[in-house]
Amino acid sequence: MLYPFLNVIAVSISDYSSYLANPLRIFPGKMDFTAFRYVFSSSLILSSYRNTIVVTILGTLIALIVTILTAYPLSKKNLKGKKLIMNLFIFSMLFSGGIIPSFYLIRSLNLLDTLWALILPGTISAYNVILMKNFFTSLPESLEEAAKIDGASDLYVLWKIVIPLSTPIIATIGLFVCVGYWNSYFSAVLYIRDQQKWTLQLLLREIIMSANTQLLSSGGNMAEMSAEAIPPQTIKYATLIVVILPILCVYPFLQKYFVKGMMLGAVKG
Amino acid sequence: MLIPGLASLILFHYIPMYGISMAFQDFNVVKGFFKSPWVGFDNFAYLLKSREFYAILRNSILISLYRMFWGFPVPIILALMLNEVKNIYYKKTIQTILYLPHFISWVVIVGIVYNFLSPSTGIINHIIKLFGGEPIAFLQEEKYFRSILVISDIWKGSGWGTIIYLAAISGIDESLYEAAIIDGATRMQRIRYVTIPGIMSTIIVLLILRSGSILRNGFEQIFLMYSPLVYDVADVFETYTYRVGLREGRFSYATAVGMFQSIVGLILIWTTNRLSRKFGEGGLW
Repeated sequence: MLYPFLNVIAVSISDYSSYLANPLRIFPGKMDFTAFRYVFSSSLILSSYRNTIVVTILGTLIALIVTILTAYPLSKKNLKGKKLIMNLFIFSMLFSGGIIPSFYLIRSLNLLDTLWALILPGTISAYNVILMKNFFTSLPESLEEAAKIDGASDLYVLWKIVIPLSTPIIATIGLFVCVGYWNSYFSAVLYIRDQQKWTLQLLLREIIMSANTQLLSSGGNMAEMSAEAIPPQTIKYATLIVVILPILCVYPFLQKYFVKGMMLGAVKG
Repeated sequence: MLIPGLASLILFHYIPMYGISMAFQDFNVVKGFFKSPWVGFDNFAYLLKSREFYAILRNSILISLYRMFWGFPVPIILALMLNEVKNIYYKKTIQTILYLPHFISWVVIVGIVYNFLSPSTGIINHIIKLFGGEPIAFLQEEKYFRSILVISDIWKGSGWGTIIYLAAISGIDESLYEAAIIDGATRMQRIRYVTIPGIMSTIIVLLILRSGSILRNGFEQIFLMYSPLVYDVADVFETYTYRVGLREGRFSYATAVGMFQSIVGLILIWTTNRLSRKFGEGGLW
Protein backbone atom coordinates (compact mmCIF):
# COMPACT_ATOMS: atom_id res chain seq x y z
CA MET A 1 0.00 0.00 0.00
CA LEU A 2 2.72 2.39 1.00
CA TYR A 3 5.55 1.13 -1.19
CA PRO A 4 4.69 3.08 -4.34
CA PHE A 5 4.67 6.36 -2.42
CA LEU A 6 7.98 5.70 -0.74
CA ASN A 7 9.55 4.68 -3.99
CA VAL A 8 8.32 7.78 -5.79
CA ILE A 9 9.59 10.05 -3.03
CA ALA A 10 12.94 8.32 -2.91
CA VAL A 11 13.48 8.50 -6.67
CA SER A 12 12.49 12.12 -6.88
CA ILE A 13 15.18 13.22 -4.44
CA SER A 14 17.93 10.87 -5.56
CA ASP A 15 20.34 11.56 -8.35
CA TYR A 16 20.01 9.60 -11.55
CA SER A 17 22.94 7.23 -11.11
CA SER A 18 21.64 5.91 -7.82
CA TYR A 19 18.23 5.52 -9.44
CA LEU A 20 19.74 3.43 -12.20
CA ALA A 21 21.67 1.37 -9.69
CA ASN A 22 18.52 0.42 -7.87
CA PRO A 23 15.12 1.63 -9.18
CA LEU A 24 13.33 -0.34 -6.49
CA ARG A 25 14.68 1.75 -3.66
CA ILE A 26 12.59 3.04 -0.77
CA PHE A 27 15.43 5.08 0.71
CA PRO A 28 17.00 7.86 -1.30
CA GLY A 29 20.55 7.38 -2.53
CA LYS A 30 22.74 10.39 -3.09
CA MET A 31 20.44 13.31 -2.45
CA ASP A 32 19.82 15.56 -5.41
CA PHE A 33 17.15 18.22 -5.56
CA THR A 34 17.82 19.54 -9.06
CA ALA A 35 14.62 17.94 -10.30
CA PHE A 36 12.63 19.98 -7.81
CA ARG A 37 14.50 23.14 -8.60
CA TYR A 38 13.80 22.47 -12.23
CA VAL A 39 10.12 21.76 -11.69
CA PHE A 40 9.63 24.92 -9.69
CA SER A 41 11.44 27.04 -12.26
CA SER A 42 8.89 26.14 -14.90
CA SER A 43 6.41 28.96 -15.35
CA LEU A 44 3.78 26.46 -16.42
CA ILE A 45 3.98 24.71 -13.06
CA LEU A 46 3.59 27.96 -11.19
CA SER A 47 0.63 29.13 -13.22
CA SER A 48 -1.16 25.80 -12.91
CA TYR A 49 -0.41 25.69 -9.22
CA ARG A 50 -2.01 29.11 -8.93
CA ASN A 51 -5.03 28.02 -10.97
CA THR A 52 -5.56 24.93 -8.88
CA ILE A 53 -5.33 26.91 -5.66
CA VAL A 54 -7.78 29.53 -6.92
CA VAL A 55 -10.25 26.88 -8.05
CA THR A 56 -9.94 24.93 -4.81
CA ILE A 57 -10.33 27.87 -2.44
CA LEU A 58 -13.06 29.72 -4.33
CA GLY A 59 -14.87 26.49 -5.09
CA THR A 60 -14.84 25.31 -1.50
CA LEU A 61 -16.00 28.65 -0.15
CA ILE A 62 -18.84 29.01 -2.64
CA ALA A 63 -19.88 25.40 -2.23
CA LEU A 64 -20.02 25.73 1.56
CA ILE A 65 -22.01 28.95 1.47
CA VAL A 66 -24.49 27.62 -1.06
CA THR A 67 -24.84 24.29 0.73
CA ILE A 68 -25.45 25.91 4.11
CA LEU A 69 -27.94 28.39 2.70
CA THR A 70 -29.82 25.58 0.99
CA ALA A 71 -29.71 23.06 3.78
CA TYR A 72 -30.85 25.39 6.53
CA PRO A 73 -34.35 26.17 5.25
CA LEU A 74 -34.76 22.53 4.26
CA SER A 75 -34.12 21.46 7.84
CA LYS A 76 -37.20 23.39 9.00
CA LYS A 77 -40.43 21.44 9.29
CA ASN A 78 -42.76 24.17 8.15
CA LEU A 79 -41.16 25.00 4.81
CA LYS A 80 -43.63 24.93 1.95
CA GLY A 81 -42.71 22.70 -0.97
CA LYS A 82 -39.96 21.05 1.03
CA LYS A 83 -40.81 17.59 -0.20
CA LEU A 84 -40.71 18.71 -3.83
CA ILE A 85 -37.34 20.40 -3.41
CA MET A 86 -35.86 17.38 -1.65
CA ASN A 87 -37.07 15.17 -4.47
CA LEU A 88 -35.51 17.48 -7.01
CA PHE A 89 -32.20 17.09 -5.22
CA ILE A 90 -32.46 13.34 -4.88
CA PHE A 91 -33.38 12.90 -8.52
CA SER A 92 -30.31 14.91 -9.53
CA MET A 93 -28.19 12.25 -7.83
CA LEU A 94 -29.75 9.46 -9.87
CA PHE A 95 -30.03 10.93 -13.30
CA SER A 96 -27.91 13.35 -15.21
CA GLY A 97 -27.94 14.92 -18.62
CA GLY A 98 -24.52 13.52 -19.37
CA ILE A 99 -21.33 14.90 -20.74
CA ILE A 100 -22.47 16.47 -23.97
CA PRO A 101 -25.37 18.61 -22.73
CA SER A 102 -23.25 19.81 -19.81
CA PHE A 103 -20.48 20.75 -22.18
CA TYR A 104 -22.92 22.57 -24.42
CA LEU A 105 -24.32 24.45 -21.43
CA ILE A 106 -20.88 25.65 -20.35
CA ARG A 107 -20.23 26.70 -23.93
CA SER A 108 -23.46 28.64 -24.16
CA LEU A 109 -22.66 30.40 -20.91
CA ASN A 110 -19.33 31.45 -22.44
CA LEU A 111 -17.48 29.80 -19.61
CA LEU A 112 -15.20 27.64 -21.75
CA ASP A 113 -11.57 28.21 -20.94
CA THR A 114 -12.33 30.05 -17.72
CA LEU A 115 -11.70 28.81 -14.23
CA TRP A 116 -15.38 29.39 -13.46
CA ALA A 117 -16.21 26.40 -15.62
CA LEU A 118 -14.28 24.30 -13.13
CA ILE A 119 -15.74 25.98 -10.06
CA LEU A 120 -19.44 26.53 -10.62
CA PRO A 121 -20.80 23.11 -11.66
CA GLY A 122 -19.40 21.57 -8.47
CA THR A 123 -20.89 24.05 -6.06
CA ILE A 124 -24.05 22.13 -5.28
CA SER A 125 -24.18 18.45 -4.57
CA ALA A 126 -27.34 16.76 -3.42
CA TYR A 127 -25.34 14.46 -1.20
CA ASN A 128 -23.74 17.31 0.75
CA VAL A 129 -27.02 19.18 1.05
CA ILE A 130 -28.67 16.10 2.54
CA LEU A 131 -25.81 15.51 5.00
CA MET A 132 -25.90 19.12 6.10
CA LYS A 133 -29.67 19.15 6.36
CA ASN A 134 -29.66 16.05 8.55
CA PHE A 135 -27.15 17.63 10.86
CA PHE A 136 -29.16 20.84 11.14
CA THR A 137 -32.31 18.86 11.89
CA SER A 138 -30.56 17.16 14.80
CA LEU A 139 -29.75 20.48 16.51
CA PRO A 140 -32.01 21.39 19.43
CA GLU A 141 -34.75 23.73 18.32
CA SER A 142 -35.11 25.54 21.63
CA LEU A 143 -31.93 27.56 21.11
CA GLU A 144 -33.16 29.00 17.86
CA GLU A 145 -36.60 29.69 19.26
CA ALA A 146 -35.09 31.60 22.16
CA ALA A 147 -33.14 33.77 19.74
CA LYS A 148 -36.25 34.30 17.61
CA ILE A 149 -38.17 35.50 20.66
CA ASP A 150 -35.39 37.98 21.29
CA GLY A 151 -36.09 39.33 17.82
CA ALA A 152 -33.25 37.81 15.80
CA SER A 153 -33.70 37.41 12.05
CA ASP A 154 -33.32 34.08 10.26
CA LEU A 155 -29.92 34.96 8.84
CA TYR A 156 -28.73 36.16 12.23
CA VAL A 157 -29.80 32.88 13.85
CA LEU A 158 -28.07 30.91 11.12
CA TRP A 159 -24.86 32.90 11.42
CA LYS A 160 -24.65 33.25 15.21
CA ILE A 161 -26.21 30.02 16.45
CA VAL A 162 -26.50 27.32 13.84
CA ILE A 163 -23.12 27.69 12.12
CA PRO A 164 -21.04 27.73 15.33
CA LEU A 165 -22.84 24.57 16.46
CA SER A 166 -22.22 22.88 13.13
CA THR A 167 -18.47 23.24 12.76
CA PRO A 168 -17.85 19.46 12.65
CA ILE A 169 -20.10 18.88 9.66
CA ILE A 170 -18.97 22.06 7.92
CA ALA A 171 -15.33 21.05 8.35
CA THR A 172 -16.03 17.57 7.04
CA ILE A 173 -17.96 18.62 3.98
CA GLY A 174 -15.53 21.43 3.33
CA LEU A 175 -12.64 19.00 3.32
CA PHE A 176 -14.31 16.61 0.94
CA VAL A 177 -15.22 19.38 -1.45
CA CYS A 178 -11.70 20.77 -1.18
CA VAL A 179 -10.02 17.47 -2.03
CA GLY A 180 -12.53 17.00 -4.83
CA TYR A 181 -11.58 20.29 -6.44
CA TRP A 182 -7.89 19.71 -5.97
CA ASN A 183 -8.03 16.31 -7.63
CA SER A 184 -10.55 17.01 -10.33
CA TYR A 185 -9.25 16.25 -13.75
CA PHE A 186 -12.19 15.43 -15.96
CA SER A 187 -13.82 18.87 -15.95
CA ALA A 188 -10.47 20.42 -16.81
CA VAL A 189 -10.14 18.03 -19.75
CA LEU A 190 -13.58 19.06 -20.92
CA TYR A 191 -13.49 22.79 -20.44
CA ILE A 192 -9.90 24.03 -20.53
CA ARG A 193 -7.77 24.38 -23.66
CA ASP A 194 -5.57 27.38 -22.93
CA GLN A 195 -2.25 26.38 -21.36
CA GLN A 196 -2.33 29.41 -19.10
CA LYS A 197 -5.53 28.07 -17.54
CA TRP A 198 -4.28 24.54 -17.00
CA THR A 199 -4.66 23.02 -13.57
CA LEU A 200 -2.02 20.95 -11.86
CA GLN A 201 -3.66 17.65 -12.71
CA LEU A 202 -3.77 18.49 -16.42
CA LEU A 203 -0.16 19.57 -16.40
CA LEU A 204 0.97 16.50 -14.53
CA ARG A 205 -0.77 14.35 -17.09
CA GLU A 206 1.02 16.14 -19.93
CA ILE A 207 4.37 15.77 -18.27
CA ILE A 208 3.92 12.09 -17.62
CA MET A 209 2.75 11.38 -21.14
CA SER A 210 5.21 13.52 -23.03
CA ALA A 211 8.25 12.38 -21.11
CA ASN A 212 7.21 8.84 -21.87
CA THR A 213 7.10 9.47 -25.58
CA GLN A 214 10.36 11.34 -25.31
CA LEU A 215 11.92 8.23 -23.93
CA LEU A 216 10.49 6.16 -26.73
CA SER A 217 10.75 8.38 -29.77
CA SER A 218 12.90 11.27 -28.52
CA GLY A 219 10.34 13.64 -30.02
CA GLY A 220 7.85 15.62 -28.03
CA ASN A 221 6.82 19.23 -27.81
CA MET A 222 7.89 20.07 -24.29
CA ALA A 223 10.83 22.17 -25.43
CA GLU A 224 11.04 24.11 -22.23
CA MET A 225 10.79 20.94 -20.22
CA SER A 226 13.78 19.19 -21.74
CA ALA A 227 16.09 22.16 -21.49
CA GLU A 228 18.51 20.56 -19.10
CA ALA A 229 19.79 17.04 -18.94
CA ILE A 230 17.70 15.94 -16.03
CA PRO A 231 16.37 12.42 -16.45
CA PRO A 232 12.65 12.51 -17.29
CA GLN A 233 11.97 9.82 -14.75
CA THR A 234 13.18 11.99 -11.91
CA ILE A 235 11.26 14.98 -13.24
CA LYS A 236 8.06 12.99 -13.46
CA TYR A 237 8.43 11.74 -9.94
CA ALA A 238 9.25 15.21 -8.66
CA THR A 239 6.11 16.58 -10.30
CA LEU A 240 4.04 13.80 -8.79
CA ILE A 241 5.32 14.80 -5.37
CA VAL A 242 4.62 18.47 -5.99
CA VAL A 243 1.02 17.64 -6.87
CA ILE A 244 0.25 15.41 -3.90
CA LEU A 245 2.38 17.19 -1.33
CA PRO A 246 -0.36 19.47 0.01
CA ILE A 247 -2.64 16.50 0.52
CA LEU A 248 0.09 14.42 2.12
CA CYS A 249 0.87 17.29 4.48
CA VAL A 250 -2.60 17.95 5.82
CA TYR A 251 -4.02 14.45 5.52
CA PRO A 252 -2.76 12.83 8.76
CA PHE A 253 -4.16 15.68 10.84
CA LEU A 254 -7.53 15.79 9.17
CA GLN A 255 -8.12 12.09 8.76
CA LYS A 256 -10.57 11.92 11.65
CA TYR A 257 -12.82 14.45 9.93
CA PHE A 258 -12.84 12.44 6.75
CA VAL A 259 -13.76 9.27 8.57
CA LYS A 260 -16.47 11.10 10.46
CA GLY A 261 -17.89 12.30 7.19
CA MET A 262 -18.01 8.80 5.82
CA MET A 263 -19.84 7.63 8.95
CA LEU A 264 -22.37 10.44 8.63
CA GLY A 265 -23.00 9.29 5.11
CA ALA A 266 -23.47 5.70 6.24
CA VAL A 267 -25.87 6.47 9.06
CA LYS A 268 -28.47 8.49 7.30
CA GLY A 269 -31.48 10.12 8.86
CA MET B 1 -32.10 31.65 1.26
CA LEU B 2 -32.86 28.78 -1.04
CA ILE B 3 -32.32 30.79 -4.18
CA PRO B 4 -28.56 30.32 -4.81
CA GLY B 5 -28.73 26.59 -4.19
CA LEU B 6 -31.80 26.02 -6.29
CA ALA B 7 -30.51 28.22 -9.08
CA SER B 8 -27.30 26.25 -9.16
CA LEU B 9 -29.16 22.96 -9.06
CA ILE B 10 -31.42 23.91 -11.93
CA LEU B 11 -28.67 25.47 -14.00
CA PHE B 12 -26.12 22.69 -13.71
CA HIS B 13 -28.31 19.64 -13.25
CA TYR B 14 -31.73 20.22 -14.74
CA ILE B 15 -30.83 22.26 -17.80
CA PRO B 16 -28.44 19.52 -18.98
CA MET B 17 -31.29 17.06 -18.42
CA TYR B 18 -33.40 19.12 -20.76
CA GLY B 19 -30.42 19.31 -23.08
CA ILE B 20 -30.76 15.58 -23.47
CA SER B 21 -33.38 16.28 -26.11
CA MET B 22 -30.38 16.80 -28.37
CA ALA B 23 -30.44 13.03 -28.63
CA PHE B 24 -33.61 13.35 -30.71
CA GLN B 25 -32.17 16.01 -33.00
CA ASP B 26 -29.69 16.12 -35.77
CA PHE B 27 -27.78 18.66 -33.76
CA ASN B 28 -25.80 21.20 -35.66
CA VAL B 29 -23.44 23.58 -33.90
CA VAL B 30 -24.06 26.37 -36.39
CA LYS B 31 -27.83 26.18 -36.15
CA GLY B 32 -27.75 25.79 -32.40
CA PHE B 33 -29.99 23.99 -29.99
CA PHE B 34 -33.31 25.56 -30.95
CA LYS B 35 -33.04 25.36 -34.72
CA SER B 36 -31.57 21.93 -35.28
CA PRO B 37 -33.98 19.53 -37.01
CA TRP B 38 -35.75 16.83 -35.03
CA VAL B 39 -35.09 13.27 -36.09
CA GLY B 40 -37.03 11.26 -33.52
CA PHE B 41 -35.37 8.01 -32.58
CA ASP B 42 -32.93 7.87 -35.50
CA ASN B 43 -29.89 8.23 -33.26
CA PHE B 44 -31.07 5.39 -31.07
CA ALA B 45 -31.82 3.17 -34.05
CA TYR B 46 -28.33 3.83 -35.32
CA LEU B 47 -26.96 3.11 -31.86
CA LEU B 48 -28.66 -0.26 -31.58
CA LYS B 49 -27.43 -1.26 -35.03
CA SER B 50 -23.80 -0.29 -34.57
CA ARG B 51 -21.34 -2.98 -33.61
CA GLU B 52 -19.34 -0.57 -31.49
CA PHE B 53 -22.27 -0.17 -29.16
CA TYR B 54 -22.33 -3.83 -28.20
CA ALA B 55 -18.60 -3.80 -27.60
CA ILE B 56 -19.04 -0.82 -25.28
CA LEU B 57 -21.91 -2.46 -23.47
CA ARG B 58 -19.95 -5.68 -23.05
CA ASN B 59 -16.85 -3.83 -21.80
CA SER B 60 -18.82 -1.71 -19.34
CA ILE B 61 -20.53 -4.71 -17.82
CA LEU B 62 -17.49 -6.97 -17.81
CA ILE B 63 -15.16 -4.42 -16.24
CA SER B 64 -17.81 -3.67 -13.63
CA LEU B 65 -18.27 -7.34 -12.87
CA TYR B 66 -14.54 -7.94 -12.55
CA ARG B 67 -14.29 -5.01 -10.18
CA MET B 68 -17.12 -6.40 -8.13
CA PHE B 69 -15.86 -9.96 -8.11
CA TRP B 70 -12.29 -9.11 -7.10
CA GLY B 71 -12.81 -5.77 -5.44
CA PHE B 72 -15.90 -6.26 -3.34
CA PRO B 73 -14.52 -8.81 -0.83
CA VAL B 74 -11.26 -6.95 -0.23
CA PRO B 75 -12.55 -4.26 2.14
CA ILE B 76 -14.51 -6.89 4.07
CA ILE B 77 -11.40 -9.02 4.59
CA LEU B 78 -9.34 -5.95 5.48
CA ALA B 79 -11.96 -4.84 7.99
CA LEU B 80 -12.06 -8.28 9.60
CA MET B 81 -8.29 -8.25 9.88
CA LEU B 82 -8.20 -4.70 11.26
CA ASN B 83 -10.78 -5.64 13.82
CA GLU B 84 -8.45 -8.28 15.20
CA VAL B 85 -5.63 -5.79 15.74
CA LYS B 86 -5.76 -4.97 19.42
CA ASN B 87 -2.99 -2.40 19.74
CA ILE B 88 -4.83 0.88 19.21
CA TYR B 89 -1.84 2.92 17.93
CA TYR B 90 -0.81 0.23 15.52
CA LYS B 91 -4.38 0.02 14.24
CA LYS B 92 -4.68 3.79 13.83
CA THR B 93 -1.44 3.93 11.86
CA ILE B 94 -2.54 1.15 9.53
CA GLN B 95 -5.87 2.83 8.99
CA THR B 96 -4.22 6.13 8.17
CA ILE B 97 -2.08 4.46 5.53
CA LEU B 98 -4.97 2.42 4.13
CA TYR B 99 -7.21 5.44 3.66
CA LEU B 100 -4.53 7.56 2.02
CA PRO B 101 -4.86 6.46 -1.64
CA HIS B 102 -8.53 7.47 -1.59
CA PHE B 103 -7.40 11.09 -1.49
CA ILE B 104 -4.91 10.86 -4.32
CA SER B 105 -6.19 11.78 -7.76
CA TRP B 106 -6.36 9.25 -10.56
CA VAL B 107 -3.90 11.34 -12.53
CA VAL B 108 -1.26 10.76 -9.90
CA ILE B 109 -2.10 7.10 -9.45
CA VAL B 110 -2.07 6.41 -13.16
CA GLY B 111 1.21 8.30 -13.34
CA ILE B 112 2.69 5.92 -10.80
CA VAL B 113 1.19 2.90 -12.56
CA TYR B 114 2.64 4.10 -15.86
CA ASN B 115 6.08 4.41 -14.44
CA PHE B 116 5.96 1.11 -12.63
CA LEU B 117 4.83 -0.77 -15.72
CA SER B 118 6.90 1.08 -18.30
CA PRO B 119 8.73 -1.43 -20.51
CA SER B 120 12.01 0.48 -20.48
CA THR B 121 12.30 1.88 -16.98
CA GLY B 122 9.49 0.32 -15.00
CA ILE B 123 10.07 -1.54 -11.78
CA ILE B 124 8.01 -4.57 -12.70
CA ASN B 125 9.94 -5.05 -15.92
CA HIS B 126 13.16 -4.47 -14.06
CA ILE B 127 12.30 -7.49 -11.93
CA ILE B 128 11.27 -9.50 -14.98
CA LYS B 129 14.62 -8.70 -16.56
CA LEU B 130 16.48 -9.67 -13.41
CA PHE B 131 15.01 -13.12 -13.80
CA GLY B 132 15.93 -13.18 -17.44
CA GLY B 133 12.48 -12.51 -18.91
CA GLU B 134 11.49 -10.25 -21.76
CA PRO B 135 10.01 -6.84 -20.81
CA ILE B 136 6.26 -6.56 -21.35
CA ALA B 137 4.37 -3.39 -22.36
CA PHE B 138 1.57 -4.14 -19.91
CA LEU B 139 -0.67 -1.20 -20.66
CA GLN B 140 -0.66 -1.90 -24.37
CA GLU B 141 -1.62 -5.55 -24.08
CA GLU B 142 -5.29 -6.35 -24.24
CA LYS B 143 -4.95 -9.33 -21.97
CA TYR B 144 -3.45 -7.35 -19.10
CA PHE B 145 -5.40 -4.14 -19.35
CA ARG B 146 -8.51 -5.04 -17.39
CA SER B 147 -6.49 -6.68 -14.63
CA ILE B 148 -4.48 -3.49 -14.25
CA LEU B 149 -7.71 -1.50 -14.05
CA VAL B 150 -9.09 -3.76 -11.35
CA ILE B 151 -5.90 -3.93 -9.32
CA SER B 152 -5.30 -0.20 -9.29
CA ASP B 153 -8.93 0.34 -8.39
CA ILE B 154 -8.61 -2.02 -5.44
CA TRP B 155 -5.40 -0.34 -4.35
CA LYS B 156 -7.06 3.06 -4.38
CA GLY B 157 -10.42 2.25 -2.94
CA SER B 158 -10.53 -0.76 -0.69
CA GLY B 159 -8.87 0.81 2.34
CA TRP B 160 -11.50 3.51 2.35
CA GLY B 161 -14.18 0.91 1.84
CA THR B 162 -13.36 -0.71 5.18
CA ILE B 163 -14.84 2.21 7.11
CA ILE B 164 -18.41 1.15 6.60
CA TYR B 165 -17.68 -2.45 7.60
CA LEU B 166 -15.71 -1.37 10.65
CA ALA B 167 -18.71 0.70 11.69
CA ALA B 168 -20.94 -2.33 11.25
CA ILE B 169 -18.56 -4.52 13.24
CA SER B 170 -18.43 -2.04 16.10
CA GLY B 171 -22.20 -2.30 16.25
CA ILE B 172 -22.12 -5.99 17.10
CA ASP B 173 -23.14 -6.77 20.66
CA GLU B 174 -20.07 -7.38 22.82
CA SER B 175 -21.85 -10.08 24.85
CA LEU B 176 -22.03 -12.34 21.80
CA TYR B 177 -18.24 -12.49 21.79
CA GLU B 178 -18.11 -13.13 25.50
CA ALA B 179 -20.57 -15.99 25.15
CA ALA B 180 -18.52 -17.41 22.29
CA ILE B 181 -15.35 -17.26 24.36
CA ILE B 182 -17.04 -19.07 27.24
CA ASP B 183 -18.16 -21.73 24.80
CA GLY B 184 -14.52 -22.13 23.86
CA ALA B 185 -14.65 -20.67 20.37
CA THR B 186 -11.29 -19.97 18.77
CA ARG B 187 -10.52 -16.65 17.20
CA MET B 188 -11.29 -17.92 13.70
CA GLN B 189 -14.55 -19.42 14.91
CA ARG B 190 -15.53 -16.11 16.50
CA ILE B 191 -14.92 -14.37 13.19
CA ARG B 192 -16.77 -17.05 11.30
CA TYR B 193 -19.81 -17.38 13.55
CA VAL B 194 -20.16 -13.99 15.23
CA THR B 195 -18.53 -11.20 13.21
CA ILE B 196 -19.48 -12.29 9.71
CA PRO B 197 -23.15 -12.99 10.48
CA GLY B 198 -23.19 -9.68 12.34
CA ILE B 199 -22.24 -7.67 9.26
CA MET B 200 -24.05 -9.87 6.73
CA SER B 201 -26.92 -7.45 6.22
CA THR B 202 -24.48 -4.60 5.55
CA ILE B 203 -22.66 -6.76 3.03
CA ILE B 204 -25.86 -7.70 1.22
CA VAL B 205 -27.15 -4.15 1.02
CA LEU B 206 -23.85 -2.82 -0.28
CA LEU B 207 -23.69 -5.61 -2.82
CA ILE B 208 -27.20 -4.89 -4.07
CA LEU B 209 -26.54 -1.17 -4.32
CA ARG B 210 -23.25 -1.79 -6.05
CA SER B 211 -24.91 -3.87 -8.71
CA GLY B 212 -27.25 -0.97 -9.35
CA SER B 213 -24.39 0.99 -10.84
CA ILE B 214 -23.08 -1.77 -13.05
CA LEU B 215 -23.07 0.40 -16.15
CA ARG B 216 -20.98 3.06 -14.49
CA ASN B 217 -17.25 2.74 -14.60
CA GLY B 218 -16.27 6.33 -14.09
CA PHE B 219 -14.39 8.34 -16.63
CA GLU B 220 -11.03 9.28 -15.23
CA GLN B 221 -9.35 5.98 -14.49
CA ILE B 222 -10.04 4.38 -17.85
CA PHE B 223 -9.55 7.55 -19.84
CA LEU B 224 -6.16 8.05 -18.26
CA MET B 225 -4.98 4.48 -18.77
CA TYR B 226 -6.28 3.39 -22.13
CA SER B 227 -4.83 3.92 -25.57
CA PRO B 228 -6.10 3.06 -29.06
CA LEU B 229 -4.28 -0.26 -28.74
CA VAL B 230 -6.66 -1.47 -26.07
CA TYR B 231 -9.92 0.25 -27.09
CA ASP B 232 -11.37 -3.17 -27.86
CA VAL B 233 -11.30 -4.25 -24.24
CA ALA B 234 -11.25 -0.91 -22.44
CA ASP B 235 -13.77 1.40 -24.04
CA VAL B 236 -16.80 2.02 -21.80
CA PHE B 237 -19.82 4.32 -22.02
CA GLU B 238 -18.14 7.28 -20.40
CA THR B 239 -15.05 7.27 -22.57
CA TYR B 240 -16.96 6.47 -25.74
CA THR B 241 -19.40 9.32 -25.19
CA TYR B 242 -16.53 11.70 -24.68
CA ARG B 243 -14.60 10.59 -27.73
CA VAL B 244 -17.51 10.44 -30.13
CA GLY B 245 -19.08 13.64 -28.87
CA LEU B 246 -16.27 16.01 -28.20
CA ARG B 247 -13.46 14.66 -30.32
CA GLU B 248 -15.51 13.68 -33.37
CA GLY B 249 -18.20 16.30 -32.86
CA ARG B 250 -21.15 13.91 -33.25
CA PHE B 251 -23.08 15.68 -30.50
CA SER B 252 -26.47 14.09 -31.01
CA TYR B 253 -25.24 10.55 -31.32
CA ALA B 254 -23.03 10.91 -28.24
CA THR B 255 -25.92 12.35 -26.26
CA ALA B 256 -28.01 9.35 -27.27
CA VAL B 257 -25.28 7.01 -26.03
CA GLY B 258 -25.10 8.91 -22.76
CA MET B 259 -28.86 8.90 -22.44
CA PHE B 260 -29.05 5.16 -22.91
CA GLN B 261 -26.57 4.75 -20.08
CA SER B 262 -28.38 7.21 -17.81
CA ILE B 263 -31.80 5.65 -18.30
CA VAL B 264 -30.74 2.04 -17.93
CA GLY B 265 -28.70 3.13 -14.92
CA LEU B 266 -31.70 4.87 -13.39
CA ILE B 267 -33.86 1.78 -13.82
CA LEU B 268 -31.17 -0.43 -12.30
CA ILE B 269 -30.62 1.80 -9.29
CA TRP B 270 -34.32 2.17 -8.70
CA THR B 271 -34.80 -1.61 -8.83
CA THR B 272 -31.87 -2.44 -6.59
CA ASN B 273 -32.95 0.22 -4.13
CA ARG B 274 -36.33 -1.45 -3.97
CA LEU B 275 -34.63 -4.79 -3.35
CA SER B 276 -32.51 -3.38 -0.59
CA ARG B 277 -35.60 -1.98 1.12
CA LYS B 278 -37.14 -5.43 0.96
CA PHE B 279 -34.22 -6.65 3.01
CA GLY B 280 -35.41 -4.21 5.64
CA GLU B 281 -32.25 -2.16 5.53
CA GLY B 282 -33.65 0.95 3.91
CA GLY B 283 -32.34 2.06 0.57
CA LEU B 284 -30.25 4.98 -0.51
CA TRP B 285 -33.15 7.31 0.05
